[in-house]
Amino acid sequence: MRNVFLFIRRHFNFLFFLVLQIIALSFLFRYNKFHQAAFLNVSTEITGRINERYNGIEYYFQLKKTNEALVRENLVLRQQLKENYEAPDSGRRLILDTIRVDSGKSIIKYKILEAKVVNNSIGSQTNYLTIHRGFAQGVRPNMGVSGPQGIVGSVVNVSENFATVMSMLHRQFKVVAKLKNGSETGTIDWDGLSPLFVTMRNIPKSAKVNKGDTVLTTQISSLFPANLMVGIVYEIVPDNTSNFYILKIKPATNFSNIEYVYVVDNLQYDEQKRLEDSTRKKIQ
Amino acid sequence: MSELLKNTIRFVLFILVQVFILFKMPPLHRFITPYLYFLFILWLPFGLSRTALTFIGFFFGLCLDYFTMTPGLHAAACTLIAYTRPFVIGLLISQEGADKNYISPSIVSMGWAPYATYVIVLTLLHHIYLVLLEWMNFGSFMYFLGKVVASTAISLLLIVLTELLFFRKQKFRTNTI
Repeated sequence: MRNVFLFIRRHFNFLFFLVLQIIALSFLFRYNKFHQAAFLNVSTEITGRINERYNGIEYYFQLKKTNEALVRENLVLRQQLKENYEAPDSGRRLILDTIRVDSGKSIIKYKILEAKVVNNSIGSQTNYLTIHRGFAQGVRPNMGVSGPQGIVGSVVNVSENFATVMSMLHRQFKVVAKLKNGSETGTIDWDGLSPLFVTMRNIPKSAKVNKGDTVLTTQISSLFPANLMVGIVYEIVPDNTSNFYILKIKPATNFSNIEYVYVVDNLQYDEQKRLEDSTRKKIQ
Repeated sequence: MSELLKNTIRFVLFILVQVFILFKMPPLHRFITPYLYFLFILWLPFGLSRTALTFIGFFFGLCLDYFTMTPGLHAAACTLIAYTRPFVIGLLISQEGADKNYISPSIVSMGWAPYATYVIVLTLLHHIYLVLLEWMNFGSFMYFLGKVVASTAISLLLIVLTELLFFRKQKFRTNTI
């Protein structure tokens, strides 16, 4: 026993170093798996406050671009107003009710929250945004996040007033998307090469794909409502080893100047998930 | 200004500069990530005990990690260079007792060539370990090599600029007054 204590005393520095390394590595690998590490909720709150201060200054330099994006989005929304739809036939007048919120509260599936982006990175291999909406405002992990131009990412961690969002430019981000022409679905991920492009896999070679085709979200992905913009096809790489194309997609969102995003809350996801889980249990 | 206050201010400044300036810059290339923050560890006083040095390295890295949302990544690399720092200094110090006569490692206290070697060795060590941890999750061997070489080159350039801009005067301390 005495020798053990002597050993510890003699090599205390090295053992202390080893202990700290083990703590650091366990943080790192646990985080990569489950996206939760020790003290992360507290620290998100603190770093969020600091980021908010910084963003207060930086925001002024982006005002013009933010304004343009919002005007463009308003234009799209105005186009969907009820007044714009009128059938020429007066006998059977059909007016499209495009706003489905009031009349059908019980069937509402997606609830949208707006949020300000207070921190954003595009330089690393694991890019995150921090938004100024948190648990208290109804943000939960695994909610989809979209921007004025297209989808952005998904929420991974939530503190009281802030939330961190894994952006589409993250090695572990995956979302199901479809081609607008033909509705073939494939998965979108990021290869980490350039922040300007993401890749879409699993599009069969039988599909007709052209450069410039639009890629949209689908209802298969539980994160987003269908038909949100993802990006456009920039390059088609025929993968000779398989029957699938690899498409290089230019995301619709410009990740370098995001100021506002929308958090998408799928209200019916819990029920769907419960059903799917119980089905899986039954089959086993 | 006392050494403790000076280093506390440095601690905050290095993290803020790294997070809000260097990480905010549009990336030049996927291999290049400009790292400067670990210079804080290289500038810590000689007088710190090995245990304190290792712990400061860990804590400093962890603070940066919570900004970049990679808990443990920078902390592991910083702990490693903080732990190996005394060995490298012990090998490189040329004058007898320079670590007693001066407060912290610099060009003045160590001499030009030993200080450059000290910085290069620890920068390389930091980057190899950091990129290795990143590489274990994804990437190819070329990514590993390319990123270590390119990031080390950029870091060394930034360190040279910082040393020139903020030249640290070092008083020669003797006990023979």
